[in-house]
Amino acid sequence: MSQENLVTEISKRKLIDRCFAIVSLLIIFVAIFILLALTLQILIEGLPRLTPQFFISFPSRKAEQAGILSAWVGTSLVMLVTAAAAIPIGVASGIYLEEYARQNWLSAIIEINVTNLAGVPSIIYGLLALGLFVYQFQLGQSVLTAGLTLALLILPVVIVTTREAIRAIPISLREASFAVGASKWQTIWDHILPYSFGSILTGIIIGLARAIGQTAPLITIGALTFIAFLPESPLNSSFPYLPLQITFPFFNFQQFFAWLNAPFTVLPIQMFTWVSRPEQAFKANAAAAGTVLLAMTLGVNGIAIYLRYRLRQGIKW
Amino acid sequence: MTQFLSQDNSQGQITDKLFRNIRERIIEFALFLAALSSVGTTFGILYILVTESWSFFQEVSLLNFLTDTQWTPLFNDKHYGILPLLSGTFVTSAVALLVAIPLGTIVAIYLTEFAPKNLREWLKPILELLAGIPTVVYGYFALLVVTPLLQKVIPDLPTFNMLSGGLVMGLMILPLISSIAEDAMRAVPVILKEGSYAMGATRLQTSLNVVFPAAISGIGAAYILGASRAVGETMIVAIASGLLPQLTVNPLEQGATITAYIAQVSLGDLPHGTIEYQTIFAAGLTLVLMTLTLNVIGYFLAKRYREIY
Repeated sequence: MSQENLVTEISKRKLIDRCFAIVSLLIIFVAIFILLALTLQILIEGLPRLTPQFFISFPSRKAEQAGILSAWVGTSLVMLVTAAAAIPIGVASGIYLEEYARQNWLSAIIEINVTNLAGVPSIIYGLLALGLFVYQFQLGQSVLTAGLTLALLILPVVIVTTREAIRAIPISLREASFAVGASKWQTIWDHILPYSFGSILTGIIIGLARAIGQTAPLITIGALTFIAFLPESPLNSSFPYLPLQITFPFFNFQQFFAWLNAPFTVLPIQMFTWVSRPEQAFKANAAAAGTVLLAMTLGVNGIAIYLRYRLRQGIKW
Repeated sequence: MTQFLSQDNSQGQITDKLFRNIRERIIEFALFLAALSSVGTTFGILYILVTESWSFFQEVSLLNFLTDTQWTPLFNDKHYGILPLLSGTFVTSAVALLVAIPLGTIVAIYLTEFAPKNLREWLKPILELLAGIPTVVYGYFALLVVTPLLQKVIPDLPTFNMLSGGLVMGLMILPLISSIAEDAMRAVPVILKEGSYAMGATRLQTSLNVVFPAAISGIGAAYILGASRAVGETMIVAIASGLLPQLTVNPLEQGATITAYIAQVSLGDLPHGTIEYQTIFAAGLTLVLMTLTLNVIGYFLAKRYREIY
């Protein structure tokens, strides 16, 4: 090959190289642009409906009067149950797998199982909950069932992030703690958990953000699509507010936890119902509900990403 | 006296130690139970799906289930052939993968070999944010934005069609595929790349001829996990692709996926224990078997690329 040929060949390859870079950059920006445009579109459609009235009205047959009161209250209550169930169980599993589990077949099974659960379609969790929680355990189509379903769904996320957070703690910290006579649990509780708290929290927030947007599993367990009432308040309307009583056990647990058995709807389901309605007026409602939902999930995810960024900057082992 | 004191002291130490050991054991056991709960979830899923499907297959033969070309459990003329639901699932997933695999691969190559570090640091969180958008919102986009746009190009496209659902689903799984594929390519040892660059190869040549083949199993895992996600996706297809099960491979028609059928039936009020109720578990079992197969293949592929070097 002559000198000249070689030079043209090289410049041709370099040109291809540059073209590829430009094309891929284009793809990335077009994809992001499409998503931004779609988000903007939903915002523009929904914004006129986003009045204070929208947040304090029940769903209605008249699109103009319909609101998302029962939906956001439902979402909040379900998230409360989800967090209460998923955080302790998920963090505990993570600690066990990272700190206690010996290298044997049982740990291998648990480990493969967590990976596998993360890949199970969300609607299958709905079928599990329908068969198990609703009919076998007789929990009904309630806030409790929904919360537990979503807790199972986000458990793999919480477990995996807990493990990663714990793994990032240098072994020297454990050794120092053991050297002064601390037991394993004392080491974990007093040293490892406080140091990894931020990263674990990030994982929990990402998990909860995922749970907020879930629709399919809750449809499957039979969440109602039209709810024009709120669960009974656990508190009394007058002083001392807590449902105290004179007879033993001096606290009306039944009233305090009644909301767990209440039927519910959540924000994504409310949006889905409105999207499926043929009338144009309801599409605006769907857009408004979608805007609220997007703001919630993006906001929560944003907090988690920011938190992780700060943590990475802050800690240098 | 001194002897007595020290004896007392050591006894106290022993009970202290005993108490501490018991407490440690109890805590370890409690943590173990928590870890077992995930295994319990898997068993719960299998138990529910298999028992309910078992009752279903008492009424409908497996052969009938796999070969009948109609799925009409909710009509008077009942047919229980899973094929129309499978074809709907297949078509929407295929459209999604046709979008996500080529674009995801290009993005992954770009991010590993070409992108400046700052850009990557900006893009990663954005991709993560996108992954957090609820699927019901994607469904809204598909039905109310993408379908009307497509109808301008293809005038006789029905309102519900598998094309728009599949396209939006492709957009949804693109970040997933590109991020797993990027991880796989990043795991390729630098020595291989340096060897390629030393021979005078350009970045694209290095990517395509050295990095891509070396990371092929990890990239394959990314594709398969993307496919698994597409097969299991519910809301986008339920909203945009319609709820009419029909045996077709034409993405311009409407069709129902397995997931969309389950969602549709659950929206109505089905009495517990009827055959209509059991159909969703039979459909669910089919879905789980499909995604499980994909996930297992993906798991082993991903494991391979980690072990080679």
